[in-house]
Amino acid sequence: MSTPDLLADAVVKRFADHTAVDSLSFSVARGSFFSILGPSGCGKTTLLRMIAGFIAPDSGDIAIGGSSMRGVAPNRRPVNMVFQQLALFPMMSVGENVAFGLARRGVGRAERTKRSNAMLERVGLGNAAHKRVDELSGGQRQRVAIARSLVLEPTLLLLDEPLGALDLKLREHMKIELKQLQAAFGTTFVYITHDQSEALVLSDHVGVMSHGRFEQLGTPQDLYYRPQTPFVAGFVGANNRIVGRATASDAAIAEVTSADGWVVHALKSGTIAVGDAVEAFVRPEVATLARNAAELPAGQPRHAGVVQSVLFDGANSAVLLQEAQTQREFRIALPQTGQFSDLKPQEQVAFSFEPSRAVCFKARTDA
Amino acid sequence: MRDSRWHARLVLGLLLAPAVLWLGALVVLPHIDLGVLSFRERVGPRQYVPSLAQYKTFFAEPLYWHVFVRTAVMSVLATFLTLLLAFPVAWIIAKLAKGRAGSLLFIICLIPFWVSETVRTLGWMILLRESGVLPALMVKLGLTAMPVELLYRDATILVGLVYTSLLFMVVPLVSSLESLDNSLIEAAYDLGASGFTILRSIVIPHAAPGITAGCIVVFMLTLGNYLTPTLLGGKNSQWFTEQIYTQFITRFNWEQGAAFGFLLLGLSTALVILGLRLSGQRFGDVMRAT
Repeated sequence: MSTPDLLADAVVKRFADHTAVDSLSFSVARGSFFSILGPSGCGKTTLLRMIAGFIAPDSGDIAIGGSSMRGVAPNRRPVNMVFQQLALFPMMSVGENVAFGLARRGVGRAERTKRSNAMLERVGLGNAAHKRVDELSGGQRQRVAIARSLVLEPTLLLLDEPLGALDLKLREHMKIELKQLQAAFGTTFVYITHDQSEALVLSDHVGVMSHGRFEQLGTPQDLYYRPQTPFVAGFVGANNRIVGRATASDAAIAEVTSADGWVVHALKSGTIAVGDAVEAFVRPEVATLARNAAELPAGQPRHAGVVQSVLFDGANSAVLLQEAQTQREFRIALPQTGQFSDLKPQEQVAFSFEPSRAVCFKARTDA
Repeated sequence: MRDSRWHARLVLGLLLAPAVLWLGALVVLPHIDLGVLSFRERVGPRQYVPSLAQYKTFFAEPLYWHVFVRTAVMSVLATFLTLLLAFPVAWIIAKLAKGRAGSLLFIICLIPFWVSETVRTLGWMILLRESGVLPALMVKLGLTAMPVELLYRDATILVGLVYTSLLFMVVPLVSSLESLDNSLIEAAYDLGASGFTILRSIVIPHAAPGITAGCIVVFMLTLGNYLTPTLLGGKNSQWFTEQIYTQFITRFNWEQGAAFGFLLLGLSTALVILGLRLSGQRFGDVMRAT
């Protein structure tokens, strides 16, 4: 196996009142798209700035392309960064922006122009070299920012929530474009975001970060289907969360009873003993909805509820129920068949889910 | 409809009236009168004829235009020194000091201006005169055998002028540096730029309107300063405003004084235009930065 492009070894960064990055170790393979996903304040920006070299870790080491970056200034690292606000230089033309880094490396003017024009061509802005930065649209600026970094052929490209400032439609479009750019260039991307959809769509691997640590590191599919911690289950994708105690348990499945007496069954993650405080998670698309309980799949524990509201959102439509016994909210994704398109609030319905597709964790003592 | 428009105009007119009166009565009218004065010559008691004699005298008498050129050169030098000194100060206030520390530094820059310019300049005299604080200190430290007269030197005049002008450079610089997005600096650093390159290709182009605005203000103040060169430079100061003063007050030659005044106005205007041309700045942008 070749050396990873990025290797973090027990990296720690403390600020006056809290530990922003808490003994983090991970590696990013060459040519892969790695995302760090976490809520704001989880330490992901601090981590990225340490990789870029703007702040130094208190302890631990970061190696890029196999060599340690300790004491190496940002302008000497084989790393480039796409900033959240893009940070294009308004005092220069688009072409000058892209050629800026080349000029710093002492590349001659003619060669500089040639390479920056070729790079602009590759990101689809072949005729924009002479434009001013403020003449470009949001998506074009995005591409210039990426071109400006990629023209230097960095080992690692860091992206600090670059889609955050764009409107929804453009963001969806740029997501696809970013993935295609990464595939075309083969550069290792390290991307930080608080948007789980960006992380899932774009990445080969995702580290879910909370309080300075990785809760889980894996493929998007791992995170979605096999979350390792309650935090990941709650943060990645939509989930129904049921807090209670384990009242029965066999080899794989635990019976979880909520404080107000609702009993659900879910796959155990880790060891769970009867009597433990647990959190169970059921994805909206795992549950089956039926008007008549008899239509539900056989062998699944059945629940009853009342429709509270129908959340129509095209393919992502869902229905919000109140569980009959406890009035708890429960969200179920509506099937695409249009079977429930006439569902009305206050309707009585039944639902069930396969226990092995729900998951439960021992509740954290500190949470 | 017509009524309300007329009403709006009246309000606008009333609001502008003080400014218009001030400009008209204190700037435009005196200048028209001085302009007329400068283009006439006294040929007998209470007898005047239009002539260019006042301007001819200026060019014919080497002392006058020597002082004129000297004032211009010294003013440019003082402006440049003020810029060099104010830039780091403004950088610290705008970028490095956080929150209250920034305001505190700003107030420290402002405090000297609570005292009148005369008193401030007299303070310098107390420090620098032969029997003053600094020469005594230098003797005590063994740097000089005898107390040295530090007043009445060109360097002393420059020190005084820079000190007086510093705030007027710091203010526009701080506001133009504050508007510089830190991520631009980081991006340049990330792309491999050194500190000097960042200063040259990112910071200075961004702050250019502020730099030009500060330079214009400081240059005008310095060129037209009378008190500081006179007190700190004494007879040696040879500042052009002193020549104007002499013509008006000592010699009662208002015609000559008026001509000198216009020459000074022309000089400052020409140099400001030249400065704008050289720095490639537009006057409107620069004024917005002040």
